[in-house]
Amino acid sequence: MDTLLDVQDLWVKFPSRQGVFDAVRGVSFTLGRERLGIVGESGSGKSMTGRAILRLIRPPGIVEAKQISLGGVDLMGKSEKEMRAVRGQRISMVMQDPKFSLNPVMTIGDQIIEAYRQHNRASKTQAYAKAVEMLEAVSIRDADRVMRAYPHEMSGGMGQRIMIAMMLIPNPEILIADEPTSALDVSVQRQVLDIMDKLVKDRGMGLIFISHDLNLVADFCDRVLIMYAGRIVEICQADKLSEAKHPYTRGLLNSLPRLDAPRDHLEVLKRDPAWAQAPSVSGRV
Amino acid sequence: MSMLDINDLNVWFGHGRDRVDAVKGATFTVARGESFGLVGESGSGKSTILRAISGLAPLWSGGMAVDGTALSKQRPKAFYKTVQMVFQDPYASLHPRHSVDQVLGETLHLHGFGDIDARVVKLLDDVGLGQKFRFRYPHQLSGGQRQRVAIARALAPEPELLLLDEPTSALDVSVQAEILNLLVDLRRDRGLTYVMVSHDLSVVGHMCERLAVMQNGQIVEIMGVETLRKMEAKHPYSQSLLAASV
Repeated sequence: MDTLLDVQDLWVKFPSRQGVFDAVRGVSFTLGRERLGIVGESGSGKSMTGRAILRLIRPPGIVEAKQISLGGVDLMGKSEKEMRAVRGQRISMVMQDPKFSLNPVMTIGDQIIEAYRQHNRASKTQAYAKAVEMLEAVSIRDADRVMRAYPHEMSGGMGQRIMIAMMLIPNPEILIADEPTSALDVSVQRQVLDIMDKLVKDRGMGLIFISHDLNLVADFCDRVLIMYAGRIVEICQADKLSEAKHPYTRGLLNSLPRLDAPRDHLEVLKRDPAWAQAPSVSGRV
Repeated sequence: MSMLDINDLNVWFGHGRDRVDAVKGATFTVARGESFGLVGESGSGKSTILRAISGLAPLWSGGMAVDGTALSKQRPKAFYKTVQMVFQDPYASLHPRHSVDQVLGETLHLHGFGDIDARVVKLLDDVGLGQKFRFRYPHQLSGGQRQRVAIARALAPEPELLLLDEPTSALDVSVQAEILNLLVDLRRDRGLTYVMVSHDLSVVGHMCERLAVMQNGQIVEIMGVETLRKMEAKHPYSQSLLAASV
């Protein structure tokens, strides 16, 4: 398997009045043409890992790594200007919350058209047609009404599909999807995942899928990294997630309500401080 | 007598070419002490029904009755004592510059309670937060703690009907388990009636006794939780929803 992205010993640090806080602590993994899932709770550093790859962590946050290499070139050595050519064109990111990543004072149509014309030379009419096509590709009904609408008029699910439509335009090599479907419901979730699945297969893209939903990741990804307190505690093949051994993974799996096994009370995760101390497991292949 | 009676409810937004019919002819009843679920995809109108009941969606027609009293456009003060709502996003539903004490104190004051101090203490204990959280601000709380404050605020006027709009979808699974356990306990201890909106069928299956499946503003099927567990939904849309979530 050819390696698209190779991350070695990644640290993300935030200096604070109480000393330096390590959000990500020595994480290593590689990404091939596959669907790599990163799961964990909020605060486990999974989003920070995704953002650090694109150098989206603003000062005073510090990103340190032995290397983050994209197709053999180390991203750590690139200038801010060179990074701008990487973002969007080679590595795209779908953010968590469409409410904060869409411009509230521009119509959806204008935003997609702007994104399209940034990367392609096209007339307004062509761009409009392309934007409608993109919206339909992410199964939005009534695309013409959506083009006229402002982000606050959209539901969370619609907003996220609009974001994904915008990310598809430059045809990147790697897509980092940070909780892209948490705001969506099951039936739409499936559609969005199918769209991303098609991209990975057809265009040979690598996908980093960040999520807190274990079942979804088990279903959708090829390989899963489980993060806790900034470290990778376990790596497993997605189809073998139900056989995971680490008590943290087991605890997360057990706290889910299940339709086939009704219970009065759900199991609550009991945390062991030793989990945070154990060294990170390497996800390199 | 049923706690909530919804009869041929229509809710819409906007005018002319931008008019959207969010809920079309919804009819269901919820018995006292029951927990009723509303499921469906985004835009199916499930949250809109809750907003119409609580008076947050002004354009509606049809009949709504809480505890036998028909609701009009203007809600009496007693209505808000009976019906309270917990919103989806605890990051957005708490005032960022009001401390927990202010949030709960103001609610109690508005509902005309005298012994505010004792009640704030009791509410915090009831939702499992304890006194050390009383003078904190929302940014000092985790998502689960915030949702507990939002639940405490909803419990402040001692309501009988609690409208839960995706109360755990913004939370981690481990925290979701804690909040769902809390809601189960509160319902048992206080004899509350729940109407819960969720896109997660397994959460609704855990919490509710009956549920309605919604699609494009219409209720396509009302079934018991046993039917859901046995995967015996009749309507093709409910079947596809079940298939997608397992």
